[in-house]
Parts: sequence; C-alpha cells; structure tokens
Amino acid sequence: MRFGVLRFPGSCDEVDALGACRRYADAELIWHGDLDLGGVDAVVVPGGFSYGDYLRAGAIARFSPAMEAVADFAVSGGPVLGICNGFQVLCEAGLLPGALLPNTSLRFVCRQVDVEVVNADTPFTRACTEGQALSIPVKHTTGRYWAPPETLEELEAGGQVILRYAPGQNPNGSVRDIAGVANAQKNVMGLMPHPEHAVDPLTGSADGGTLFASLVAHVDELVATA
Amino acid sequence: MSTLAAHRELGLTDAEYEGIVDRLGREPNGLELAVFSLMWSEHCAYKHSKKLLRRLPTEGPHVVMGPGENAGAVDVGDGLVAAFKVESHNHPSAVEPFQGAATGVGGILRDVFAIGARPIAILDSLRFGELDSPRSRYLFDWSVQGIGHYGNSIGVATVGGEVAFEPSYEQNCLVNAMCVGLARRDRLIRSAASGPGNPLVLMGARTGRDGIGGASVLASAELGEEDASKRPTVQIGDPFEEKRLLECCLELLDRDSLVALQDLGAAGLSSSASEMASKGEVGLDIDVSTVPLREDDMEPFEIMISESQERMLCVVEPERLQELLEVCERWEVRATQIGEVTDSGRLRILDGDESVGDMPVTALVDDCPLYDLEPEEPAQPIYPDPPVRIAADADAAETLMAVLGAPTVASKRFVFEQYDSMVGSRTVRRPQSADAAVLQLAPDGGHGALAVSIDGNGRRVACDPYTGAVEAVLECALNLACVGAEPLGLTNCLNFGNPEKPHIAWQLTRAVEGLRDACLALGVPVVGGNVSLYNEGGGGPIYPTPIVGMVGRLPDPERVPVSGFTQEGHAIALVGPFAPSLAGSELDKLRGHMSDGLPEVTLERHAEALGALRAAVRTGELVTAHDVSEGGLATALAESCIEGGLGARVDLAPLRETLGHSDRLTALFGEGPGGAVVAGPREVVSALPGAILMGEVGGTSLLIEGDLELEVAALDERFEGAIPAAFA
Repeated sequence: MRFGVLRFPGSCDEVDALGACRRYADAELIWHGDLDLGGVDAVVVPGGFSYGDYLRAGAIARFSPAMEAVADFAVSGGPVLGICNGFQVLCEAGLLPGALLPNTSLRFVCRQVDVEVVNADTPFTRACTEGQALSIPVKHTTGRYWAPPETLEELEAGGQVILRYAPGQNPNGSVRDIAGVANAQKNVMGLMPHPEHAVDPLTGSADGGTLFASLVAHVDELVATA
Repeated sequence: MSTLAAHRELGLTDAEYEGIVDRLGREPNGLELAVFSLMWSEHCAYKHSKKLLRRLPTEGPHVVMGPGENAGAVDVGDGLVAAFKVESHNHPSAVEPFQGAATGVGGILRDVFAIGARPIAILDSLRFGELDSPRSRYLFDWSVQGIGHYGNSIGVATVGGEVAFEPSYEQNCLVNAMCVGLARRDRLIRSAASGPGNPLVLMGARTGRDGIGGASVLASAELGEEDASKRPTVQIGDPFEEKRLLECCLELLDRDSLVALQDLGAAGLSSSASEMASKGEVGLDIDVSTVPLREDDMEPFEIMISESQERMLCVVEPERLQELLEVCERWEVRATQIGEVTDSGRLRILDGDESVGDMPVTALVDDCPLYDLEPEEPAQPIYPDPPVRIAADADAAETLMAVLGAPTVASKRFVFEQYDSMVGSRTVRRPQSADAAVLQLAPDGGHGALAVSIDGNGRRVACDPYTGAVEAVLECALNLACVGAEPLGLTNCLNFGNPEKPHIAWQLTRAVEGLRDACLALGVPVVGGNVSLYNEGGGGPIYPTPIVGMVGRLPDPERVPVSGFTQEGHAIALVGPFAPSLAGSELDKLRGHMSDGLPEVTLERHAEALGALRAAVRTGELVTAHDVSEGGLATALAESCIEGGLGARVDLAPLRETLGHSDRLTALFGEGPGGAVVAGPREVVSALPGAILMGEVGGTSLLIEGDLELEVAALDERFEGAIPAAFA
C-alpha cells in the first residue's frame, strides 16, 4: 500500500502528511507538475496555502497537472483524501460538493477540537465507530463549510456527511457543524481538521491516525479481493 | 538628487559627511550618498551600540556561529544545529501594523534560512499601549494578524511569545520576532563572498519602490506626527514568494551549489552586497540594469536601496550557475545574474556600461564612526505614574481578579489561536500549556527536544535597568528549567529610546551590563541580536525593553511537565530563591505607582536553583511546573488551576515564615525572579531541595488560607475573557 501526497507551491503540511502516512504504509510526495501519480493506491491532497491562496483558497491548484491526474484517479474509484487546503482544492475541482467560506470570525483559528464520526462505513472511517469522538486540531481562515439546502439534504440522506464538529465546538460557522464530507461514491473525502497533526499523543493526540489506518485497510482489502 | 545638505535629510551629520568625502577622495554622487546614508545609519551600523555590545559574552561550548552572521547557531547534538535570532520591526509596525509585523516575520525567517537552516518556529514579543486606547487595539489586532498571515502561510509554527500593554508604548509599539531554525551542521553556509569572477545572483521577488529608505527614515529616527506619510516606506510582504524562495534555497544548499548566501533586509542590495564583500574581503560589481524591476523607470539609487521583500543574494561558481537556474525554475523562483565577485575591494555599481557608483567596501561596512554613549543617571523619574486601576481597599480576592484581568497578565488565547502552532509535527507543548515551547527533534533525525522562550519586562527595566535586564535572562532560563531544558544560547533585541539622550544612554548601558552579568553567571553565550533605538513618539521614550530569547535542549520530551494542575491530591510547593516585592509588580501598576529600583538579585543562588529545578524536572516525576512571573504567586497558582481545570488548597504561612515578614499582599502578589510552582506526588515534591510545601491540588476553587477563595470557573472566565472583552 502506497500513499501519494501532493506538493503544490505553497503547500505547508505535505511533509507532516507524508510522515503520518508513513506510520501506516509507504508514502511519497507527488510534484504538482507531474501528470502521472506513479501508481499510488491513495492520494492525499494536503493543507497549506497553495499558490498563496491569493485568488480564492484552492482555486489555482485545481488547474495543476497533478490535479488532472487526481481527477482521473478519483473517477476510476481511487481513494482521495483532502485535508484543509486539500479539501478546498477538491471542492474547487468539483470532486466534492459545496464550498469553504471564510470563518465567521474572519480570523485564522488554530485549536484542538472534537469531531464526531457520522458515517463509519467509508474507506476513510472504517477503523472508527459511528458516534466516536476524535480529537483533531483545526487551523484555517477559510473553513466554513457551505452548500445549498437541497445539496445538504442529499448529503445527509446519502451518508456523505462523514464528520461533524462536536456540539459547541464548531470553530468556523460551518453549516450543520459539518467538518468532513465525501462524494456520492465515498471514494473522495475532504475535511478541515488535520488528521496528520493527530498521529502521536506526544504532539497532542493520535486520533487522526484512524483515518490513515482506515485507508490502508480499505486498499489492502481491495488488493486481497482483486 | 543634489548632495548639497542632502546628507542631513538622509540622517547623516556634517562630520559623517566629511568622513565619506575623505574616504572617497571626492564628493559622493547621489547614489553613493544614498548608499552611505543607509550603511552608516544606526540600523545598519549600530553606531551607538556597537561598543557596548562588545561587552556581552559570546563564547560557549555549544556555539557554532556567533554574532556577525545572519543568525547565531548552537550545537544540539546528532549533527544538528539550532540557528536563531530575534529582530525588531517596531517602527514599520507603528506606521502600518499588518505589513510591518508580517515583514518582520518574513525578515527574521530569511535571516535563519540564509545560513542554511530550515525555520521551524517563530516566537513574538509584542508591546502596545493600554487596550482601552483605540490606537493600541488597532496596532495589537493588526500586528497579530500580520504575524499570523506570514507565519501561517509559509508553514512555520508560531509556538510562543509574550504581549504586554503599557502606556509608554502607545505611540511606539514593539514588534520583535524570533525565529528558530534547524540545520545539519555540515550544511551551514556563510555570507562571505569569494572567488573573483564568480557570478552574483539575485533570487526572488522583483525590486520595486517599496521600503525605499526604511532603515534610515523609519528605523533610525524618532516617530513623529507625520508618520502616515511614511507609510510608503513600509514594505509589503508576500509569504508565497518567500515560501518558494525558502524551499529553493534549502534545495540549493542540499546540493551544495552555493558559495555564499545572504538575505536582503534593511538597505536592500546595498547592505547585502557590502556585507558579503566585506566578510569575504573581496569586491563586487553590480549592474543595476539587470535587476528585475516591478516598475521600469526606477533610478539606479532606488534599485540599490529598495527594501522589497523576499529576495536573496548568492554567489555561485560559474559551472554551477546553470544548475542553480534550473532549481530556481523548478520552484518558480526568479533568478538573475546581476554582477560578479571582483578582487577590487570596491562595490561598483554599473548601469549597463555606465559607472554610477564606486565605493570602497571597508568604508561602507567598517568605517562608520562609532559613538561613545554619554550615560547619565536621571535625577528625576523619567516615566509618569500609570493610572490607578484598583481600589485602595481592594481585598485579596478582588485584587487577584483585577490582576488576572489585566491584559498583560490575562490569557493570550486571542493571540495564539490565530497562529498555526503545530505545522512541522514538532510541537510537544503548545502555547499556555507549558512555560516554554517544546519542539521535538525526532522529525529531523535528532534526539530529545528544543525548548524556546522569549521574555522581557520593560516596566521592571524602567524601574531598574540593570536588575530588570538581569531578570529577563533569569525568567527565560527559568521557563526553560520548568521544562527541563539546559540553555545553550541567547539572542536579544534591545528596544530603547534615543541613545543620544544621556538618560537613555544610561538605561542602555546598565541594561547591557545586566545582560552580561546574568549571561556570565548562567554560562549562556549571546549568539546574536538586534538593537532598536529611537523608540520615542509623542509622550516620550518607551520603557527600556531588552527582550531575551533563549534556546535550550532537553533529553526526553515525554517527561516535560505542564503548567496546569493535573490530578487531585498532588502536593504543591514553591521552589527557587523567590523573594517577592511589590516594587515593579503588576499590583504596583494597578495601584498607579511606578517604583524606583528593584531588590538586588544574587545571581549565584539563581544559577544553582535553576540547575536543581532542571534536574528535578528531568526525572519525569514532577507533573506540573510553572514559573512565578507577572502578578506574583497568587496569579501563578490561579493560572495552574485554570490551565488544569482543577482547584487547589494552599497556605502561604510557610512562605511568609521563610521570607521573614508577614505581609500577605506581598506574598500573594509580590514579584521577583526565581520562583516556580511545582506539583506532583507528595513524596516527590517534598523531597525537592528547599521546597516550601504550600498545599495540594483538589476541589473546584482556589483557596489561599486566610486570604481568598475563588471558584476556578470564575478565575477562568476572568483570565480568558479579559482580552476578548476589549474587542467586544
């Protein structure tokens, strides 16, 4: 099992994501200019400020060659996890529904929060249990999840809301406390919290590791049944 | 530009101008005068402080790079060095706080990666006027956002710092930023240019008109009422440009492609090129017509002194030039050969074929006249008493609530939540959870962890410049001891008023003597620093504010205590040579009083106690350790309760007995260096040498026998709510 972690100009958390992945499987960085994902089994689109986020968070990175490859990979069912800026990029690329707006505070917020697993039956959360609380940090200025009401109803009905901020802990004003969503096929997920910063109790928590462990189990199962 | 009397407008004295004519053997042209005025400014030449700074101890067993390089560096084992430096961006931040603070961060980051280290942590020391002033709220709010904007975007964790609010900073706020970087020892690079014929390459942003003359106009003169008109002299930061520049430079160093590397800071190309040439004892030819410009009608002198951000200058061997250009292209970093190294010993400026400036490098860098200060202890107090903010008959409980709600003491969550404190996966202790930031070295292949702290208390230095400066070093060292770290090196930023005034010269001289004595006593070398003078505006000089940043190392990050109480039944004790006094305390300030003098400090006792505390922490048996600082012992106890969400029952009678006096308020709110609150299993705590047992952790309130009892929830609300309330 091998993870590929994208690196855009302005990515900040790609090395942390690489380190987190390597706790569970092999992993390598993928340069934004590469059109080839090198046969990886899962893709992580990491956090940071790709292209400075000077236009709109994630709006430029979606046009990079590597993102074209990621879109093809996703269409063919490959698992793609977008974290923070990666979530924004995936929304901009149309691989995930909805959008991320500026926090209601209009300020950057860096804080440990609890998120609840709403759907544990996805490639990203299968190592979790439904209702489980995960302690994972957030850090962003543009993390307020938004989608039109009808889309939200579809997401809820389709089990696409994967993570919700615990009651009272919504750090950014996200609609319905949504912290993470998936596409209808459940092979693309984006979340604002940073699981790669929650893989070691020494630096705060190891709860985020369950997402990486889930992906490894998912890929291993695909390989076993192939 | 006419040179006639223009030198005065550029901040040079007549005598200095004569010196320039002397060294050139002719009148300087406009470009040369502009370059000299910057190179001979206080900001670049340290002409009022250099002699004084030579008194600081700079050698120690761990020192790898001392003062003079872009940043200092100390050995942290496993082939790794920690590079660090603190620098001020006070005047730009007072004029335009968002960009001023942001570019302050950008500048200090470049200093650190200029020597080949990857920046891993930022800390900030900030000073503003009181929060009931709209101007101070504006400067505070936007400085914090500026720091966050730059640090967060470039992906370097902001892990600590301090903020204080005093009336003397109302016009002239202080924004000091410290950066810590890590490098493999064999990858460090110096800034000395060498090898005549080697290309000189400018990397990074285009050169524009921003920041023209910032070093002389802003940084080396007092702020006045026309400051809004100086806004164009503040540079604009672009963290995305710097992020690419950073990664690009580190890759070039990994490939060992460069001969020398230097950042462009104050005075832009003029200063960077002169410094590189001076250190390498060579000359440099620069053709300004090759410099990529943001505006195409810039004059040669503007190109030479522009302070456009996110630029680096390097020297490369001709056969490595192509490789350099390819790496830069991959990172989308602009790179242009703008000149070459010569053996002329001169900085020659060309505009195409035409020579537009020709100056001896030594004249620019080494020959600026150095001035002796003329210190004179003021006969009268310099600073007015602060406004009264507490009733004269306030009881202990009311007093504690007032102190906890004082913005200088109150929680800085409003600030540190706006910073990414965890990128890099090194941060073992986040802000407020321990007394020093703790950064594990494992991700970089090292063992143990770094501990970093930044401290200073301008009001106490104003009361007593010598002792106040000593205390800044002691507080930093105590913060490190509370996490078990041994100090390896120190950096400082000396923020003072106009040194040409005798009483400011006296403050500066005494403070440097205090720093020197404390560093000698603790065996901590000064590896670099920065001086920010002329911090005056409107109401007079700022409090003299030496800021000390210290980097230490600890063997086991798993054993680092927290600042909060964690478990019912843990015994609580006070350790260290703590001798509280209300002189210079937060309570003194709330009462509207400015003390003259602080109690004397016996440095040897502190050095010994710091070693004992460090050893005790390293056993891993102490669970809580928190230094007693602003607001005294009652405040420290309240903070440990709030942080841990647990109450405590303590009796200060044993402390009063040890102190030999019975003044309850002094025991509760008196301040002084050296004291730490510790907690853990009773047998561990009571075995600590010299520990004064005070009580134990438990319940939902802080009970101080005979003085006060307050619910932790109420303390928490006050402590956490004070700064947000100022913005409500």
